[in-house]
Amino acid sequence: MIQTELAIVGAGPAGLSAAIEARRAGADVLLIDENARPGGQLFKQIHKFFGSRAHKAGTRGINIGTELLRESQELGIRTCLKGEVCGIENGQNLWVVIDRNRSEIVKAKKIILATGATENAVAFPGWDLPGIMGAGAAQTMINVNRVLPGRKVLMLGSGNVGVIVSYQLLQAGADVVAVLEAAPKLGGYGVHTAKVARAGVPFYVSHTVKQAFGTDHVEAVEIVKLDASFNQIPGTEHIMEADTVCLATGLTPLTELAWLAGCKFKYLPALGGHLPIHDDRMRTTKENIFVAGDITGIEEASTAMEEGRLAGINAAADLGYISEEEAKIRSREIWDSLNCLRSGYFGQKRRESKDLMLQTGNEVIQWKIH
Amino acid sequence: MNRIIHHPILGEKKPSKEVVIYVDDKPIIAHEGEMIAAALIANGIFINRYTLHKHKPRGIYCAIGRCTDCIMTVDGVPNIRTCITEVKEGMRITTQKGAGVWQKEDQQ
Repeated sequence: MIQTELAIVGAGPAGLSAAIEARRAGADVLLIDENARPGGQLFKQIHKFFGSRAHKAGTRGINIGTELLRESQELGIRTCLKGEVCGIENGQNLWVVIDRNRSEIVKAKKIILATGATENAVAFPGWDLPGIMGAGAAQTMINVNRVLPGRKVLMLGSGNVGVIVSYQLLQAGADVVAVLEAAPKLGGYGVHTAKVARAGVPFYVSHTVKQAFGTDHVEAVEIVKLDASFNQIPGTEHIMEADTVCLATGLTPLTELAWLAGCKFKYLPALGGHLPIHDDRMRTTKENIFVAGDITGIEEASTAMEEGRLAGINAAADLGYISEEEAKIRSREIWDSLNCLRSGYFGQKRRESKDLMLQTGNEVIQWKIH
Repeated sequence: MNRIIHHPILGEKKPSKEVVIYVDDKPIIAHEGEMIAAALIANGIFINRYTLHKHKPRGIYCAIGRCTDCIMTVDGVPNIRTCITEVKEGMRITTQKGAGVWQKEDQQ
């Protein structure tokens, strides 16, 4: 058995930020991640981030990752890599399978779940052929593993993931044959979309993939126009040559551990579906369990880092390392920063859903103060 | 070869130590520390397994260890997620058919 004051599941931007804040305050922290290396998905984000300078805007995700790792090392944060958390009980015991061959119970006073998200799939005839993958999968291959999974790529989805990965595929030497968007309007930030458009990649709004052809691998894709209700319009099909289809059709929070722990959930489609209810200290309905990052709703690494800090500070306060007063002041500052990140055309919907979540959370969550 | 040597942001790929792994008994060159799935793609191999009932080919799908589409039999152990398993010198990998077969006792 391993004992710790604070166990954090997931060493991505949220988990690392939480660990850094809590450790800095003096808490004994154990950071657990199923991967061989910490950093979550930050190391495939080679583009510059958005927001204000205070949110590390203008810095590439990969450099933010390096910086977080440096800080966590300097603070001597205990990290358990290749540790898959397979169970959680009583809000304090984690069952961890380490390196796929050893079972360990981690007993923690507080737990922060920062498990992130997984990519959504879209099913169409042929969607299971080799060569059809998540856009994030292609991004991992080109930017982390430095191998090209295809030469002629069709991107389905024009949100930020779709356009950013399209541009990174071009940087890696692939040809992007088209970006398809089912909605009548493009979904990504203008700056990323424009870069792809300037490179000559055609964008098709109100279009989707009808089917993919190939025997051992994708060889061609049939695309089709959609009407205002997203129904395929017969007669508008057209075939494109492609050896890869990337699906950039959103993400779903990885909430299994929160369900297992018995957390109560709320359904907020603008944030990605069923989400563990949390309050403004990132506490869930289950005593001793906090959440941070994409598990609380699909957003960006910049918001995940701020939420991680919130969870880290408030967990440390619950453990007695930070006074109630100080935790409140620092939390308020972070909320101001988060509200700023959740403003504008793209952030407003998330902000509204987050406000609903906080409203519910602040009503129903009543932990005993230590 | 599908390796990205030059990159406008990431720079030149650092030289890596080469290791030999065997895919269906054929030797291929992999780079130390890389994931099996990446080594396969680098060598032009895109089929990791065939499904149980319809024997349809499968390749990588999520590349972060969630979807299990890229599972193969590695050193006699089936259902290994190749996208998050590092190559090792002399590793023997087989294209998995269906649920795969244990080729030796559990290593424990």
